Amino acid sequence: MDLPASNAQAAPGVQAGTARHRLFEEQVRIRRCFPAGAMETRAALLAISDSLRCKGLTEDDLSSAELILAEVLNNIVEHAYANTEGQVDLCIDLRANGLYCEVRDHGGSMPNGQAPNPALPAINPPQDLPEGGFGWHIIRSLTTQLGYRQENGWNALSFVVPLTWMD
Amino acid sequence: MDITSSQTAAGLLIKVNEHRIDAAVAIEFKEAVRGAADGLEGTVILDLGNVTFLDSSGLGAVVAVMKLLGPQRPLHLAALTPPVAKVFRLTRMDSIFTIHLHPPCGIKATG
Repeated sequence: MDLPASNAQAAPGVQAGTARHRLFEEQVRIRRCFPAGAMETRAALLAISDSLRCKGLTEDDLSSAELILAEVLNNIVEHAYANTEGQVDLCIDLRANGLYCEVRDHGGSMPNGQAPNPALPAINPPQDLPEGGFGWHIIRSLTTQLGYRQENGWNALSFVVPLTWMD
Repeated sequence: MDITSSQTAAGLLIKVNEHRIDAAVAIEFKEAVRGAADGLEGTVILDLGNVTFLDSSGLGAVVAVMKLLGPQRPLHLAALTPPVAKVFRLTRMDSIFTIHLHPPCGIKATG
Protein backbone atom coordinates (compact mmCIF):
# COMPACT_ATOMS: atom_id res chain seq x y z
CA MET A 1 0.00 0.00 0.00
CA ASP A 2 1.42 3.34 -1.05
CA LEU A 3 0.37 5.61 1.80
CA PRO A 4 1.89 8.98 2.62
CA ALA A 5 4.21 8.88 5.63
CA SER A 6 1.78 10.83 7.81
CA ASN A 7 -0.74 8.02 7.47
CA ALA A 8 1.63 5.27 8.47
CA GLN A 9 -0.44 4.46 11.56
CA ALA A 10 -3.50 3.56 9.49
CA ALA A 11 -4.55 -0.04 9.91
CA PRO A 12 -3.65 -2.49 7.16
CA GLY A 13 -6.37 -2.75 4.57
CA VAL A 14 -7.65 0.77 5.14
CA GLN A 15 -7.72 2.42 1.74
CA ALA A 16 -6.42 5.96 1.38
CA GLY A 17 -9.17 8.44 0.57
CA THR A 18 -11.99 6.37 2.08
CA ALA A 19 -14.21 7.65 4.85
CA ARG A 20 -12.56 5.31 7.29
CA HIS A 21 -9.12 6.45 6.29
CA ARG A 22 -10.02 10.10 6.81
CA LEU A 23 -10.94 9.30 10.42
CA PHE A 24 -7.31 8.66 11.15
CA GLU A 25 -6.71 12.29 10.37
CA GLU A 26 -9.64 14.04 12.06
CA GLN A 27 -11.37 13.95 15.40
CA VAL A 28 -15.13 13.73 15.04
CA ARG A 29 -17.27 14.41 18.08
CA ILE A 30 -21.05 14.81 18.10
CA ARG A 31 -22.51 16.38 21.21
CA ARG A 32 -26.15 17.09 21.89
CA CYS A 33 -27.89 18.31 25.03
CA PHE A 34 -31.67 18.27 25.01
CA PRO A 35 -34.70 17.86 27.27
CA ALA A 36 -35.77 14.26 27.83
CA GLY A 37 -38.89 13.39 25.83
CA ALA A 38 -40.13 11.15 23.05
CA MET A 39 -40.22 13.86 20.40
CA GLU A 40 -36.89 15.32 21.53
CA THR A 41 -35.38 11.84 21.31
CA ARG A 42 -36.67 11.47 17.77
CA ALA A 43 -35.26 14.84 16.73
CA ALA A 44 -31.87 14.04 18.27
CA LEU A 45 -31.71 10.64 16.57
CA LEU A 46 -32.52 12.12 13.16
CA ALA A 47 -29.85 14.80 13.55
CA ILE A 48 -27.22 12.31 14.74
CA SER A 49 -28.00 9.90 11.90
CA ASP A 50 -27.64 12.71 9.38
CA SER A 51 -24.28 13.68 10.86
CA LEU A 52 -23.00 10.10 10.84
CA ARG A 53 -24.28 9.42 7.32
CA CYS A 54 -22.22 12.37 6.12
CA LYS A 55 -19.17 10.67 7.62
CA GLY A 56 -19.67 7.65 5.40
CA LEU A 57 -21.09 5.04 7.80
CA THR A 58 -22.89 2.13 6.19
CA GLU A 59 -26.67 2.00 6.40
CA ASP A 60 -26.40 -1.15 8.51
CA ASP A 61 -24.12 0.53 11.05
CA LEU A 62 -26.29 3.65 11.01
CA SER A 63 -29.41 1.64 11.76
CA SER A 64 -27.71 -0.17 14.65
CA ALA A 65 -26.45 3.10 16.13
CA GLU A 66 -29.85 4.74 15.85
CA LEU A 67 -31.58 1.73 17.41
CA ILE A 68 -29.16 1.52 20.35
CA LEU A 69 -29.34 5.24 21.05
CA ALA A 70 -33.13 5.11 20.82
CA GLU A 71 -33.30 2.34 23.41
CA VAL A 72 -30.91 4.15 25.75
CA LEU A 73 -32.79 7.45 25.38
CA ASN A 74 -36.20 5.80 25.76
CA ASN A 75 -34.98 4.24 29.01
CA ILE A 76 -33.95 7.66 30.28
CA VAL A 77 -37.34 9.17 29.41
CA GLU A 78 -39.37 6.28 30.83
CA HIS A 79 -37.26 5.13 33.76
CA ALA A 80 -34.56 7.59 34.88
CA TYR A 81 -36.90 10.57 34.60
CA ALA A 82 -40.09 8.48 34.74
CA ASN A 83 -41.72 10.87 32.25
CA THR A 84 -40.83 13.95 34.31
CA GLU A 85 -38.61 16.75 33.01
CA GLY A 86 -34.87 16.41 32.79
CA GLN A 87 -31.85 16.98 30.65
CA VAL A 88 -29.96 14.51 28.46
CA ASP A 89 -26.33 15.01 27.50
CA LEU A 90 -25.14 12.79 24.68
CA CYS A 91 -21.61 12.60 23.37
CA ILE A 92 -20.37 10.44 20.50
CA ASP A 93 -16.75 10.12 19.41
CA LEU A 94 -16.46 8.65 15.95
CA ARG A 95 -13.32 6.58 15.67
CA ALA A 96 -12.20 4.21 12.98
CA ASN A 97 -13.34 1.10 14.84
CA GLY A 98 -16.53 2.36 16.44
CA LEU A 99 -18.77 5.00 17.90
CA TYR A 100 -17.68 5.70 21.46
CA CYS A 101 -20.84 6.92 23.16
CA GLU A 102 -21.63 8.38 26.54
CA VAL A 103 -25.15 9.33 27.54
CA ARG A 104 -25.75 11.22 30.77
CA ASP A 105 -28.86 12.14 32.73
CA HIS A 106 -29.57 13.26 36.28
CA GLY A 107 -32.65 11.15 36.87
CA GLY A 108 -33.10 8.06 39.00
CA SER A 109 -30.19 5.65 39.05
CA MET A 110 -30.14 2.19 37.50
CA PRO A 111 -31.45 -0.66 39.69
CA ASN A 112 -28.69 -1.79 42.10
CA GLY A 113 -26.37 0.78 40.55
CA GLN A 114 -25.81 -1.48 37.55
CA ALA A 115 -26.86 -1.51 33.91
CA PRO A 116 -29.46 -4.27 33.59
CA ASN A 117 -28.66 -7.45 31.71
CA PRO A 118 -31.98 -9.25 31.46
CA ALA A 119 -32.61 -12.39 29.47
CA LEU A 120 -34.72 -12.04 26.35
CA PRO A 121 -38.38 -12.26 27.39
CA ALA A 122 -39.91 -15.70 26.98
CA ILE A 123 -41.75 -16.16 23.69
CA ASN A 124 -44.38 -18.89 23.95
CA PRO A 125 -47.27 -18.05 21.66
CA PRO A 126 -50.09 -17.64 22.01
CA GLN A 127 -50.01 -17.21 25.81
CA ASP A 128 -46.70 -15.43 26.33
CA LEU A 129 -46.12 -12.73 23.77
CA PRO A 130 -44.04 -10.03 25.41
CA GLU A 131 -44.76 -6.41 24.49
CA GLY A 132 -41.72 -5.06 26.30
CA GLY A 133 -38.46 -5.96 27.95
CA PHE A 134 -36.49 -6.00 24.70
CA GLY A 135 -34.57 -2.76 25.12
CA TRP A 136 -31.61 -3.93 27.17
CA HIS A 137 -31.29 -7.09 25.12
CA ILE A 138 -31.00 -4.95 21.98
CA ILE A 139 -28.50 -2.60 23.62
CA ARG A 140 -26.31 -5.43 24.91
CA SER A 141 -26.53 -7.38 21.64
CA LEU A 142 -25.23 -4.50 19.53
CA THR A 143 -22.68 -2.80 21.80
CA THR A 144 -19.35 -3.56 23.45
CA GLN A 145 -17.62 -2.08 26.51
CA LEU A 146 -20.89 -1.17 28.20
CA GLY A 147 -20.27 0.68 31.44
CA TYR A 148 -22.39 2.57 33.94
CA ARG A 149 -21.31 4.96 36.66
CA GLN A 150 -22.84 7.62 38.86
CA GLU A 151 -21.04 10.86 39.57
CA ASN A 152 -22.21 14.12 41.11
CA GLY A 153 -25.86 13.17 40.74
CA TRP A 154 -25.50 12.17 37.11
CA ASN A 155 -25.88 8.75 35.55
CA ALA A 156 -23.40 8.04 32.80
CA LEU A 157 -23.84 5.10 30.45
CA SER A 158 -20.96 4.47 28.08
CA PHE A 159 -20.70 1.95 25.28
CA VAL A 160 -19.15 1.35 21.89
CA VAL A 161 -21.08 0.68 18.70
CA PRO A 162 -18.66 -1.33 16.51
CA LEU A 163 -18.43 -0.20 12.89
CA THR A 164 -18.00 -2.41 9.87
CA TRP A 165 -17.15 0.19 7.19
CA MET A 166 -17.97 -1.70 4.05
CA ASP A 167 -16.91 1.23 1.82
CA MET B 1 -50.53 8.00 12.36
CA ASP B 2 -51.04 7.79 8.63
CA ILE B 3 -52.20 4.35 7.53
CA THR B 4 -54.32 3.19 4.61
CA SER B 5 -56.22 -0.07 4.43
CA SER B 6 -57.63 -2.07 1.53
CA GLN B 7 -59.12 -5.51 1.02
CA THR B 8 -57.05 -7.95 -0.99
CA ALA B 9 -57.49 -11.61 -1.86
CA ALA B 10 -55.01 -12.41 0.92
CA GLY B 11 -56.82 -10.37 3.59
CA LEU B 12 -57.02 -6.85 4.92
CA LEU B 13 -53.91 -4.95 3.87
CA ILE B 14 -52.88 -2.12 6.17
CA LYS B 15 -50.11 0.07 4.85
CA VAL B 16 -48.17 2.25 7.26
CA ASN B 17 -47.41 5.55 5.51
CA GLU B 18 -44.87 6.67 8.10
CA HIS B 19 -41.11 6.24 8.32
CA ARG B 20 -40.95 5.61 12.05
CA ILE B 21 -42.80 3.53 14.61
CA ASP B 22 -41.07 4.64 17.79
CA ALA B 23 -41.84 5.53 21.39
CA ALA B 24 -43.39 8.82 20.26
CA VAL B 25 -46.11 7.14 18.20
CA ALA B 26 -46.38 3.56 19.50
CA ILE B 27 -49.78 4.04 21.17
CA GLU B 28 -51.13 6.03 18.23
CA PHE B 29 -50.01 3.27 15.87
CA LYS B 30 -51.73 0.59 17.92
CA GLU B 31 -55.01 2.52 18.01
CA ALA B 32 -54.89 3.29 14.27
CA VAL B 33 -54.44 -0.36 13.30
CA ARG B 34 -57.07 -1.46 15.78
CA GLY B 35 -59.50 1.01 14.23
CA ALA B 36 -58.71 -0.08 10.67
CA ALA B 37 -59.37 -3.75 11.51
CA ASP B 38 -62.42 -3.07 13.66
CA GLY B 39 -65.37 -5.32 12.81
CA LEU B 40 -63.48 -7.15 10.07
CA GLU B 41 -62.51 -10.81 9.98
CA GLY B 42 -59.66 -12.79 8.49
CA THR B 43 -55.97 -12.23 8.01
CA VAL B 44 -54.53 -8.75 8.51
CA ILE B 45 -51.35 -7.95 6.60
CA LEU B 46 -49.30 -5.05 7.87
CA ASP B 47 -47.23 -3.50 5.08
CA LEU B 48 -44.16 -1.96 6.73
CA GLY B 49 -42.38 -1.13 3.47
CA ASN B 50 -42.23 2.59 4.29
CA VAL B 51 -41.01 2.08 7.84
CA THR B 52 -37.27 2.56 8.17
CA PHE B 53 -37.09 2.80 11.93
CA LEU B 54 -38.70 0.66 14.61
CA ASP B 55 -37.55 0.61 18.23
CA SER B 56 -38.57 -1.76 21.00
CA SER B 57 -41.59 0.44 21.76
CA GLY B 58 -42.69 0.07 18.15
CA LEU B 59 -42.06 -3.66 18.28
CA GLY B 60 -44.14 -3.87 21.45
CA ALA B 61 -46.95 -2.04 19.65
CA VAL B 62 -46.86 -4.52 16.75
CA VAL B 63 -47.06 -7.40 19.22
CA ALA B 64 -49.88 -5.67 21.06
CA VAL B 65 -51.78 -5.35 17.78
CA MET B 66 -51.31 -9.05 17.12
CA LYS B 67 -52.71 -9.86 20.55
CA LEU B 68 -55.71 -7.57 20.30
CA LEU B 69 -56.61 -8.89 16.84
CA GLY B 70 -56.71 -12.37 18.35
CA PRO B 71 -56.51 -15.79 16.71
CA GLN B 72 -59.47 -15.09 14.41
CA ARG B 73 -57.56 -12.31 12.69
CA PRO B 74 -53.94 -13.49 12.32
CA LEU B 75 -51.47 -10.65 11.80
CA HIS B 76 -48.94 -11.05 9.02
CA LEU B 77 -46.11 -8.62 8.25
CA ALA B 78 -44.85 -7.64 4.83
CA ALA B 79 -41.98 -5.78 3.20
CA LEU B 80 -39.72 -5.33 6.22
CA THR B 81 -36.87 -2.92 5.51
CA PRO B 82 -33.42 -4.03 6.76
CA PRO B 83 -33.46 -1.88 9.95
CA VAL B 84 -36.90 -3.21 10.90
CA ALA B 85 -36.00 -6.81 10.07
CA LYS B 86 -32.96 -6.44 12.34
CA VAL B 87 -35.14 -5.62 15.35
CA PHE B 88 -37.38 -8.63 14.76
CA ARG B 89 -34.33 -10.87 14.31
CA LEU B 90 -32.48 -9.60 17.41
CA THR B 91 -35.50 -10.13 19.63
CA ARG B 92 -36.44 -13.42 17.93
CA MET B 93 -39.90 -12.03 17.32
CA ASP B 94 -39.43 -12.96 13.66
CA SER B 95 -40.28 -16.49 14.83
CA ILE B 96 -43.86 -15.64 15.79
CA PHE B 97 -44.97 -13.68 12.73
CA THR B 98 -45.63 -14.80 9.20
CA ILE B 99 -43.45 -12.40 7.25
CA HIS B 100 -43.94 -11.81 3.53
CA LEU B 101 -41.23 -10.32 1.35
CA HIS B 102 -43.80 -8.24 -0.51
CA PRO B 103 -47.31 -7.01 0.24
CA PRO B 104 -50.08 -8.82 -1.63
CA CYS B 105 -51.43 -7.11 -4.71
CA GLY B 106 -54.78 -7.19 -6.44
CA ILE B 107 -58.29 -6.64 -5.24
CA LYS B 108 -60.37 -9.04 -3.22
CA ALA B 109 -61.44 -12.12 -5.16
CA THR B 110 -65.17 -12.32 -5.78
CA GLY B 111 -67.53 -15.26 -5.83
